[in-house]
Amino acid sequence: MRITQGTFSFLPDLTDEEIRLQIDYALAQGWACSVEFTDNPHPRNTYWEMWGLPMFDLRDAAGVLQEVNACRASYPQHYIKVNAFDSVRGFETMRLSFIVNRPEVEASLWLERQDSNGRVQRYALQSRAGGARIDAPDAARR
Amino acid sequence: MTADTLELPTRTAAHPAPHALQQGKPEAAPQGTTHDASHVNLLALFRESGIADVLTELDRDLVGLAPVKTRIREIAAQLLVERAREKLGIATGAPTLHMCFSGNPGTGKTTVALRMADVLHRLGYIRRNHLVSVTRDDLVGQYIGHTAPKTRDVLKRAMGGVLFIDEAYYLYRPENERDYGQESIEILLQTMENQRDDLVVILAGYATRMDTFFQSNPGFRSRIAHHITFPDYGAEELLAIAERMLDTMHYRLDCDSRLAFEDYLARRVKQPNFANARSVRNALDRARLRQANRLFAAALDGAQPADPAALTLITAGDIRASRVFERLTPGTHPAAGQSIA
Repeated sequence: MRITQGTFSFLPDLTDEEIRLQIDYALAQGWACSVEFTDNPHPRNTYWEMWGLPMFDLRDAAGVLQEVNACRASYPQHYIKVNAFDSVRGFETMRLSFIVNRPEVEASLWLERQDSNGRVQRYALQSRAGGARIDAPDAARR
Repeated sequence: MTADTLELPTRTAAHPAPHALQQGKPEAAPQGTTHDASHVNLLALFRESGIADVLTELDRDLVGLAPVKTRIREIAAQLLVERAREKLGIATGAPTLHMCFSGNPGTGKTTVALRMADVLHRLGYIRRNHLVSVTRDDLVGQYIGHTAPKTRDVLKRAMGGVLFIDEAYYLYRPENERDYGQESIEILLQTMENQRDDLVVILAGYATRMDTFFQSNPGFRSRIAHHITFPDYGAEELLAIAERMLDTMHYRLDCDSRLAFEDYLARRVKQPNFANARSVRNALDRARLRQANRLFAAALDGAQPADPAALTLITAGDIRASRVFERLTPGTHPAAGQSIA
């Protein structure tokens, strides 16, 4: 199941050159880039792990790409995203965020129904982390 | 700002405008397009690149510094040939352009370094026209584990442009074996080697101290392709520099004061602590001070209101009031080192 979060997630995965161009665009807008990763891309998991601090005062994508590649080397089977933060008053938030790395086997999300008091139905999204192909065969699902 | 930063980060596209212009001209169009699979017209490439403008500008703006200009010309030629080879598909690695500027105080090391980012950008070697200027404080941390992130942070900021390390010899302090400078040097060397495409590092410092620095860090010397020595300025060059400085500040010298200033320079050069262009600037600042004082005193004495000519003129008297002229035998006075004014 392809995780579709952030910009460009319905497109084929970006190549490094395309990532570089996107970061260049973000830097040209004056946004500060940061790199984050997680093994649990649940939509409610807002806070991914930070890979180092956000990088301010950069002028060229090479610095961000260097961090992306370092993060990929350490967590090849995690989701990694690049965030671009706009500090302009009124925005003060992420303006761009896109996934730059996915595990070989993507994480799964599925809906679970529960009966609750009365005949109330409760729904919850359950997730299973993605990972390397050999470690997570499909049969191991729950 | 946006036009500069929005351009695609390709090296050859750094100067698209002159190229487009030349293609538009009927007589230049064939030259730009005649290169078939096996020929590249170097002259056409040269004209397209706008390198000539860069070189004439350097000649115009910087007095003297012949070795520096020669080296920049060589670098420009090399980059041009690289581009030609690239067009013919001859495999090639990007040339290393890390540099070391060494020379006496006030010979223009920092000035040239600041211009270097502009020059390299226009030559199409670096992607961004920006220069990050740092000293030891910005690179070396205060406690264990602080240095590496600090240095990496600076390197990341400089990516795509030029990293200028002023007084680089301070990075290495042999007298303190627990100094973190060495760690910073190692990270620098690693990045200089692995990310030659992304970064040009320029070190600057006084010649003698840079020599000891390189002796204790042999890896540094071999990774720097261009060791450029900045020569001291001659008498005429110093005078030309002075006139340029005055010109930008909207002052002028008349015949007498020019002679006086030549006289001043001849004496000042022989004294200790002479710092070339910096000393010239200081001397001019003091002359301006005396000129202001003189005009003010004249006004108090009830002189005519000062006209623009009087306000911009530095007279011989303003220069000859310098303490340099007090001594009959310059440089032999025991307190010469301290009392230069």
